Amino acid sequence: MTTRSFGAPVTRNEDARLLSGRALFVDDVELPGMLYAAFLRSNVAHARINSIDVSVAKEREGVVAVYTAEDLGDYWAPGPLLVPPPPIKDVTFNQRTQVPLAKDKVRHVGEPLAVVLAESRYIAEDALSDIALDLEPLPVVVDLEKALAGGSARVHDDVRGNLAALVRQGRGNYAAARARADRVISRRFLYDHGMSSPIETRGIVGSWDDRAGRLTVWDTTQAPVFLRNGLAGMLGLSERQVRVIAPFVGGGFGPKIMLFYPEEVVIPWAAIKLNRPVKWIEDRLEHFFATTHERGQTHDAEIALSADGRILGVKDVFLHDTGAYNPYGLTVPINSQCTLLGPYVIPNYDSTFRAIFTNKPIVTPYRGAGRQHGVFVIERLLDIAARELNIDRAEIRRRNLIPPDAFPYNNEIIYQDFAPLSYDSGNYEPILDRALEMIGYHRFLAEEQPRLRAQGRHVGIGVVCYVEGTGIGPYEGAKVQVQNNGKVSIATGIGTQGQGHFTVFAQVAADQLGVSVRDIDIVTGDTDQFYWGAGTFASRGAVVAGNAVNEAAKVVRQKILKLAAEHFECAEEDLEIIDGKVSVVGVPGQSVKLGELAMKANPMRGAVKPGTEPGLESTQYFGPSGGSTASGVHAMIVEVDPQTFTLEVLKYVVVHDCGTVINPLILSGQIHGGVVQGVGNAFYEQLVFDEEGQLLNASLADYLLPTSLEAPRTEIGHTVTPSPLNPLGVKGAGEAGAIPVGPLFAQAIEDALGLAERKVELNEIPLSPTRLFELASQQT
Amino acid sequence: MSTETHDIAVTVNGKVYKRTVEARLLLSDFLRHDLLLAGTHVGCEHGVCGACTILFDGAAVRSCLMFAAQTDGHNLETVEGLAPDPEHLHPLQEAMRDCHGLQCGYCTPGILMTMKVFLEETRAPDEAQVREALSGNLCRCTGYQHIVDAVLLAAERWRR
Repeated sequence: MTTRSFGAPVTRNEDARLLSGRALFVDDVELPGMLYAAFLRSNVAHARINSIDVSVAKEREGVVAVYTAEDLGDYWAPGPLLVPPPPIKDVTFNQRTQVPLAKDKVRHVGEPLAVVLAESRYIAEDALSDIALDLEPLPVVVDLEKALAGGSARVHDDVRGNLAALVRQGRGNYAAARARADRVISRRFLYDHGMSSPIETRGIVGSWDDRAGRLTVWDTTQAPVFLRNGLAGMLGLSERQVRVIAPFVGGGFGPKIMLFYPEEVVIPWAAIKLNRPVKWIEDRLEHFFATTHERGQTHDAEIALSADGRILGVKDVFLHDTGAYNPYGLTVPINSQCTLLGPYVIPNYDSTFRAIFTNKPIVTPYRGAGRQHGVFVIERLLDIAARELNIDRAEIRRRNLIPPDAFPYNNEIIYQDFAPLSYDSGNYEPILDRALEMIGYHRFLAEEQPRLRAQGRHVGIGVVCYVEGTGIGPYEGAKVQVQNNGKVSIATGIGTQGQGHFTVFAQVAADQLGVSVRDIDIVTGDTDQFYWGAGTFASRGAVVAGNAVNEAAKVVRQKILKLAAEHFECAEEDLEIIDGKVSVVGVPGQSVKLGELAMKANPMRGAVKPGTEPGLESTQYFGPSGGSTASGVHAMIVEVDPQTFTLEVLKYVVVHDCGTVINPLILSGQIHGGVVQGVGNAFYEQLVFDEEGQLLNASLADYLLPTSLEAPRTEIGHTVTPSPLNPLGVKGAGEAGAIPVGPLFAQAIEDALGLAERKVELNEIPLSPTRLFELASQQT
Repeated sequence: MSTETHDIAVTVNGKVYKRTVEARLLLSDFLRHDLLLAGTHVGCEHGVCGACTILFDGAAVRSCLMFAAQTDGHNLETVEGLAPDPEHLHPLQEAMRDCHGLQCGYCTPGILMTMKVFLEETRAPDEAQVREALSGNLCRCTGYQHIVDAVLLAAERWRR
């Protein structure tokens, strides 16, 4: 290899299969004798179940079985708590997790009550209408503040005030900081984050091999290893009897790491019970209720500043809607609490949140995972502070950035990974400078905006900063193996949902092993190919699994060199590995192919030295001591139509530091996609619930995902501050694009419409043309 | 329950299939599960996302909004028929790979079929035209930018 593939914009190994329709997705699995499942779901948000009569449904031709909670017997149990509360002092946490099929009560629209197994999905859905259901409606808990009040109905009868959790964290002494502040600003902020809406919904196929005593499950999961372990435990099988395959998965963005969804419990069980393969594919309507959301938080926040705009402290008290159950623990609100601190020095911080049960679908992490909410609060507080203190918006941010000599920077509170919130490395001011230069910040404010305003146009600019905790533990592993044909195989336990793992892991190994990226075959998400792992979440795949691949490839490289040195009877230092061959430097013609060495490493006859391991193979694990912190700045120029309040983004800039870059082409794709999800969240996507807990816009015609017409063209700049926490120096990048878009829109739109002069503030997300019209029309 | 059936003969990617289908069978299900042409993906089943787009007598249509029975005597093209042979990709597929125009790849077949027709009708499109033509296909991964780049690159290569 004369060219280094690590760091190069290599096109993807996986694309040919995906582009020609040959990639396997879960719904593509076809097995003989397969049954198809459809779930009967509650159409009300809160009710007592009086009776479910499935007798008529069972008689329908083509129906094989109909099950309710009673049929599950001892198998019926609430799901596991995936993430226990971090070790924070005096945490209140009331664990109430989802059940496979509702038994006494339903707690949100879409909660499953019964499942039909039939010869076709069409028949299964027909039979749902045969089921007689007697539900007694109960008062519905929707509003967060009302949910807490005495006398509110209860989502869980034994949880007073619907309080799922109460957590207070902080540092320093906010009260003292406030007492000496020149300016204190208090506001209420509402941040509603929608749902991930991958184009592929969820799906599961379960198949039981009675002779082998083995269960195979294809699942759209981001966490195949934990799905296997959990299923084995629940079904009374050993892990070796269960194989979980997460094949190509059509987008994840967080909700596909949630487990166990009720369908994940029921489908494998039914496949064993009926001894026939069973398939369930979620339809889009189901997806709106049956797959987890993110949703609203209400923040009452206060910032104390000196007259020159230095942050002395922040106090925040917020409510977090966790939905009907809380299987994902505190991850989302802890991320909000921690990420509010951003790239800024905030010496005094006092943050308290209450997580509230409501009669709405479950909340678990979706790209950003609560970070958006915190970033919105601090960025909006700084915007208001800048205005009140008459300081430029970019300048007030610059004055508060953590200086480059302060890393590692400890925020003295506990993060979602149970470790202290410590930023491993960073250099924030050059990012801000670069973004301001790329967007033309000063020239826009000094020259262009006055000129455009004189023409009657409403054009504004925004600039926001953020950090993102990425690459958290615990660990991932990888097995790297040279095959007899000279190609390299790499297996890892994480699943893939479009991140380019088949290419970036190959890039990591290619330089070590002197082979082309195209000659490296990657397997992800098949528990029979790699046994251990945690999953694809928290922007950690490239960081944690990538470094495991690197460690394993280094060991295989040593094995190759050792064996080749024996072969040539020379020193390892005299060898180089290039183009799939090991050659003696400076001796033309003296070379051996990697495939030949692989065969040599597994002799069929003869003796080996004691302690010899066969093959050119290594399995290594990597667990970072802590998460690596990426950072960035987004800036935007936007024009608002003052009649229709529609937007046109004229320029969008992202400058990002995710440490060492493995593949800039794939990285830019991650950022573009994240930004557009952020744009959807900021201005187009909102889950609209009525006071009965009914989702009013459960279709893609009404829940508006951005199209190519709403998506801005994004210009990207990079700075590189390698992470000291892993040998590759990489940090995660998966969520960065999506995190700061809300406050950027609020700031730039305010600027475009001159709302500040009219004392109108945009302190809520999502906005929309309608909401903007309402807010801009307010008389103050 | 509807058990009315129809006998159909439909050409898909140049091959004739004769089948008896239930009246209510969606074309998308017929292609995927009866003909085992699973490259056509289903994202919403209400005609919004565009993942299931195929060509029906040369026009881009959503296969989730048609019944299999409606295809009797017609000519369909799906993503499986796009590449000239197993070793080579269609220029549009090549451009998508070169520009990183796909991530999870789930929406990709529908986008390829939509853009194939668009490029046949519009040989020298500008970015605004591409974005307009693409706006009926939802992609949740890419933010569209690299797809737009790919379509423009394919058009440029095609002209050369």
